[in-house]
Amino acid sequence: MFNFKHEWIETNVGLLLVLTMLAISIGGLVEIAPLFFIKDTVEKVEGVHPYSPLEQRGRDIFQREGCYLCHSQMIRPFRDEALRYGHYSLAAESQYDHPFQWGSKRTGPDLARVGKKYSNEWQVAHLNNPKSMVPQSVMPNYPWLLKTELDYSDMTDRMMALRAVGVPYSLNKEEYESNVKRFGAEEAKMLNIADARKNLIAQAQENNYDGDNSSITEMDALVAYLQVLGTMVDFRKYDDDEFVKYR
Amino acid sequence: MNHNNGQKHVPKTTGHAWDGDLQEYNNPVPKWWLVAFYISVAAAVIYWFLYPAWPVGGSYTKGFDTITYVNDKGETKTTHWNTRALLMKETNEAVAAQKPYYTKVANTPFEKVTLDPELNSFVVSAGKQLFSDNCAACHQQGGAGKVGFAPNLTDDDWLYGGKFVNIQHTIIGGRHGYMPPFAEVLNDQQIKQLSDYVLSLSKIVVDPASAQAGNALFHSETAACYYCHGDNAKGRQEIGSANLTDRIWLWANVPGANTIADKEAAVQSVIRKGLNRGVMPAWQDRLSADQIKLLTVYVHELGGGK
Repeated sequence: MFNFKHEWIETNVGLLLVLTMLAISIGGLVEIAPLFFIKDTVEKVEGVHPYSPLEQRGRDIFQREGCYLCHSQMIRPFRDEALRYGHYSLAAESQYDHPFQWGSKRTGPDLARVGKKYSNEWQVAHLNNPKSMVPQSVMPNYPWLLKTELDYSDMTDRMMALRAVGVPYSLNKEEYESNVKRFGAEEAKMLNIADARKNLIAQAQENNYDGDNSSITEMDALVAYLQVLGTMVDFRKYDDDEFVKYR
Repeated sequence: MNHNNGQKHVPKTTGHAWDGDLQEYNNPVPKWWLVAFYISVAAAVIYWFLYPAWPVGGSYTKGFDTITYVNDKGETKTTHWNTRALLMKETNEAVAAQKPYYTKVANTPFEKVTLDPELNSFVVSAGKQLFSDNCAACHQQGGAGKVGFAPNLTDDDWLYGGKFVNIQHTIIGGRHGYMPPFAEVLNDQQIKQLSDYVLSLSKIVVDPASAQAGNALFHSETAACYYCHGDNAKGRQEIGSANLTDRIWLWANVPGANTIADKEAAVQSVIRKGLNRGVMPAWQDRLSADQIKLLTVYVHELGGGK
């Protein structure tokens, strides 16, 4: 008869390591892996598209500055959150996020639907010195964003990397045509890797996020990103219980 | 030191020995803990039957518990338990409780809302919450505004009008303040004269001759300030141009400047650079018509509604 002894594991570091990893990964596998196979995980909804080059660069700065340490981007389906932040976040809305910024730590408010809620000027003034806008804020100042020119020399590489993990930035005519079908002609042009720098400059010039069109700063990129958050889906087009059926 | 001092029971060891003499006590968990553990395991099994749990192929077991809710079309729907349906149910219950008030606000003319004590207290409490979430970031808690950024809503000075309909219109569509820059149109002396005239309108003592020259310039075709600010410099609410005579400052921080020279510099800076800011977002897509009406009354009541 097979006689199991704890001692085998406890006195064998290699075996202990393998079995520990196995035990821990079961939790992750059971909770996460099935979501890739369940059809309803990502809701069918119109309007969600990958970020434009400028917004994507802003997203990089969002991560570089560690904004996610205090701000989540995930409105949960609870009434108090709906009242404060708006419609709960859909899985579809973060399908092109790599990595996603959901988070569960909120020192500051959730940002999943902060887009268009405040003016560009407010965002600029607030990022520069949050207490000037919200006296009780504990958010630190980010004065260098306005002073630092945006480095977009490697924009195409960044988009290529995202393309490699499945974001539909287009590299050839075929992919471009498929984007036209999926997102419309105007959006498809924004997603063309060859035009990345041209598009980035054009968006920054047209919207002048930081109020100074003489140069493109990191502030331009970050505000462009903040202003698009949560604005892609037009919820007026859907019944208020449209997304219940996906859960 | 001996930890077993005074203890009757000396725990057994596991019997293993490492490095020759390193032994390990064998202290089983208390019985109550073990019982609680097995109960929680049993609860997990019950949970599997009640709620969405196990993935099966491209779907998952939905569980036997259900939620019944009424959607915005008035249809009653029953579905397996999930947080989104639970939110629908809770939201609809809350909306149903608030509905008599919202309906009453929607059907009552603005002027009468404030006269009905019950309705008014609803507006004040619900409006305060809406204001804090949506408006206070710029207009600050309490609505006192911020010089150089967002207007004070508690005084009776209104860029775009302070009647109910004006306020409602502003909230629905947002605003974008604009004044052209004059740095290339006027020379330094002219800009100084204009700033002196503008300050004199607020009863701030400046060089009278310079203010007099500024007055002429203000009403001339060279500067043409009167075009937007009006002959009497009291502004035109239909285009949102500021009243320059009321000692209320939004863009030029005149109250914050200590010397006359600083006050002049503050006004001159606005004349030189103009304004292409003062952007207030539109709220029609973010707030419902009922919420906007409620906020309109709330803002009107902050102090200076006309």
